[in-house]
Amino acid sequence: MDYSYTLLILLLPLLGFALLGLFHDRLKPMMSGTLGTLNLVVITLLSYYTAFLYFSQGSGESGYTAVKAFNVLWLSFSESLQIHLGILLDPLSVMMLVVITTVSLMVHIYSLGYMKGEKGFQRYYAFLSLFTFSMLGLVVATNIFQMYIFWELVGASSYLLIGFYYERPSAVAASKKAFIVTRFADLGFLLGILLLSFYTNTFDFTTLTSVDGVAISTPPTALFLGMSVTTWAMLLIFMGGAGKSAMFPLHIWLPDAMEGPTPVSALIHAATMVVAGVYLVARLFPVYVLSSPDSLEVIAYVGSFTSLFAAIIACTQLDIKRVLAFSTLSQIGYMMVALGVSGYGGEEGLGYMAALFHLFTHAFFKALLFLGAGSVIHAVHSNLMTDMGGLRKYMPITHITFLIACLTIAGIPPLSGFFSKDEILVAAFEHNKIIFAVQWMVAGITAFYMFRLYFNIFWNRTPVFHHTPHESPTFMTVPLILLAIASVLAGFVPFHDLVTSDGKAFHTVFHWMIAIPSVLIALVGIGIATWFYKKQNSIPDQVVQGAKRIYDIVFHKFYIDEIYLFITHKVIFNFISQPVAWFDRHIVDGTMNLIGDTTVYGSNLIKKMQSGQIQWYIWFFTSGVLLLAFLLLYLN
Amino acid sequence: MNLQAEIPLHYMIVLSTLLFFIGLVGVLIRRNLITMLMGIELMLNAVNINFVAFNHYLYPHRLEGHFFALIVMAIAAAEAAIAIALIINIYRKFSTVNVDDVDELKY
Amino acid sequence: MTGPKIIFFILAFSTILFSLLSVFDRRILRAAIYLLFVLVAIAGLFYMMNFQFLAAVQLMLYAGGIVVLIIFSILLTSQINSKLDAPKLMQILAASITALFGIGISLYTILPYVFTPSPATAVEVNMRNIGLQLLGTGEQGYVLPFEVISILLLAALVGIIFIAKRSRT
Repeated sequence: MDYSYTLLILLLPLLGFALLGLFHDRLKPMMSGTLGTLNLVVITLLSYYTAFLYFSQGSGESGYTAVKAFNVLWLSFSESLQIHLGILLDPLSVMMLVVITTVSLMVHIYSLGYMKGEKGFQRYYAFLSLFTFSMLGLVVATNIFQMYIFWELVGASSYLLIGFYYERPSAVAASKKAFIVTRFADLGFLLGILLLSFYTNTFDFTTLTSVDGVAISTPPTALFLGMSVTTWAMLLIFMGGAGKSAMFPLHIWLPDAMEGPTPVSALIHAATMVVAGVYLVARLFPVYVLSSPDSLEVIAYVGSFTSLFAAIIACTQLDIKRVLAFSTLSQIGYMMVALGVSGYGGEEGLGYMAALFHLFTHAFFKALLFLGAGSVIHAVHSNLMTDMGGLRKYMPITHITFLIACLTIAGIPPLSGFFSKDEILVAAFEHNKIIFAVQWMVAGITAFYMFRLYFNIFWNRTPVFHHTPHESPTFMTVPLILLAIASVLAGFVPFHDLVTSDGKAFHTVFHWMIAIPSVLIALVGIGIATWFYKKQNSIPDQVVQGAKRIYDIVFHKFYIDEIYLFITHKVIFNFISQPVAWFDRHIVDGTMNLIGDTTVYGSNLIKKMQSGQIQWYIWFFTSGVLLLAFLLLYLN
Repeated sequence: MNLQAEIPLHYMIVLSTLLFFIGLVGVLIRRNLITMLMGIELMLNAVNINFVAFNHYLYPHRLEGHFFALIVMAIAAAEAAIAIALIINIYRKFSTVNVDDVDELKY
Repeated sequence: MTGPKIIFFILAFSTILFSLLSVFDRRILRAAIYLLFVLVAIAGLFYMMNFQFLAAVQLMLYAGGIVVLIIFSILLTSQINSKLDAPKLMQILAASITALFGIGISLYTILPYVFTPSPATAVEVNMRNIGLQLLGTGEQGYVLPFEVISILLLAALVGIIFIAKRSRT
């Protein structure tokens, strides 16, 4: 089957970026918006077609095989160090193609309405195209180095998009923070890549992850500080993934990244960029699970802690986008947990499938949540819950779709969130009861804070509005409706036939024992939220007063940002940056200055030779002649 | 009279060398332009002695040294005259003939 | 000690002595007079070496022309009354070392060399021969330098008049 047309899926957004970027001041805003959106429509259709072609050929005995549509040699340093660029199609990347292009298309259409009238509209669409290109390139990478290249591109595009309102200092600071934190994590990523490829002599994914390959069948046994180099490599690679996916303690950039426009948050920080870490672990999953299961343990615990941590903080935040950001952190924690508790092959690989299933469904309902929040923000011109309330009367479509999304994330059947979250809980239960218990509690907390959000926006009391809010324009509501439909239906996609750890389909059984408690705790969470927030009352304030100290700590996100600032200002600046700066200023610059000054000084000395005094000149040449005579006659 | 028998050539060479370098010292030490000129005249005379001595002792069948010395004398005269003219000009411009004060062509 | 030897030593000694005095004396007129004595002594040396014509030219040109010129310029630049500045120590040192070094090299190189006089028959140095050769064009003719010198003297003449002309201010 010829998949060479998939190159268009990568080239079209890049071309879109180039055109929209170069001609941004010649194109009218709606023109560039339409061009960008049409571009995305083509790409989305191509992705759907690819998915159809790929999955319809059936899995066969050995499961879905990876297809390399392209693999060209780009850089060749030596025989063993070569970097290729190409397109790899396997169940994971095809699924990601579908997710990314769909969400990106929804965001493109939505932005036609949301960003209308904004300054820099064309620039926005150019950056969206760039981001889409980078993310698509990341997921179809054939080798880990290409992935790293696109990883960095994704980071750069997100920097551009978060800092879109560049005249706001908070936005600039947030984009810098995002870029620096992810860049710092990418240090670990690069080290991991180099380590892994040094010992296995390859960058290529199919070689790395093949069961007969050197990474898995004969893993390098060199030890460093008690752990094998494979474990070190995989942990370092996970560090990169943790940075992009905002796992604790590298999560600090995600709440701040809400400074960007809301559709950007929907695209980047809900559906695509933040799942890049999950994608990375999933991509290298065979190496993780078969060669270094210890790193999987670490991943599971980190994910679990992050989801609990983020869920608790989300209960106290007042900015609706911040609540959604922490919710994203929590859900990605779920995905990491699912990967961490997974085994390999068939039933054992349930966690892997569950993680990717959750990624799939989460993309839709989280994008829906963000776009709905954007719709609300657009109507009320404020991000804070305290400025909202009773909006169900004014914005029916937003209300209904938001409700559907909240029910989905809470895990109410038969919506998609229930199916994916349930599979994760099953996988956790079978491998690690503690993590299962934590995740089960987090499910309840999730339901609570999501419905707290829902009620505070659409029910509760109605504040005095500057002007009566109205429903958003069609461009904004159509994606909401489409995503709501997707959230409902996505649960019925037979993931266990399509995307599994070893490519082969397996059978999943419905575990009543797990499903019922998870639904129950979700209902408990919804119930408490209804009790607290549906009508205006003083119960929430009483609870807050009762636990004031704890509430403050949680409200300030556990002061993690302050700790980071302290470390950087007091420790790193004083002990590392200051000496380095001193060195640079005095020794490096000093050497240059010294060379310059020496030259000037020397010339000052020498210029006296041109003193204008005749007798000097005479003396110079007579002594010169005599010296020359002496040298030639006697020292020859 | 023929000096070859009584005064060897070396005496003449020593004499002319000493005179030449004394003249050089005179040029280097003296601050006055005119006294520098006197040193130059000493050097030229030393050269003349040299030419004449070599002619007399080594090549008595030719007169090249003689004529060379003659030409050198004529040139020395012309040069001294020009030098004096220049010195007078400098005196008019700078009101001094101290060589340290005429150093405008410097850095 | 034969006569010529004594005379030579007197002449040589006075040359050296008076040249040293000329170089180191601080009264300018005395320096000029010592220069005069040196030139006369050198004329004597020429006479001893049988070049009478050259000795006469030396006396006329140098002693009678250049020294007179120098004394004129001393008078014209109003220095006859003032004492010259003493030279700086650095200068004396540098000059002396250079001179001594130069003397050392020259003598060390030349003195050991054995000069062989030419065995040809000596030509008689009388006015007739000098005149013939000065204006001769053959192998021993020096008419070319003679003519060149005359042009040089002409140029010098014109140049001096031009340089020493008082500018129209």
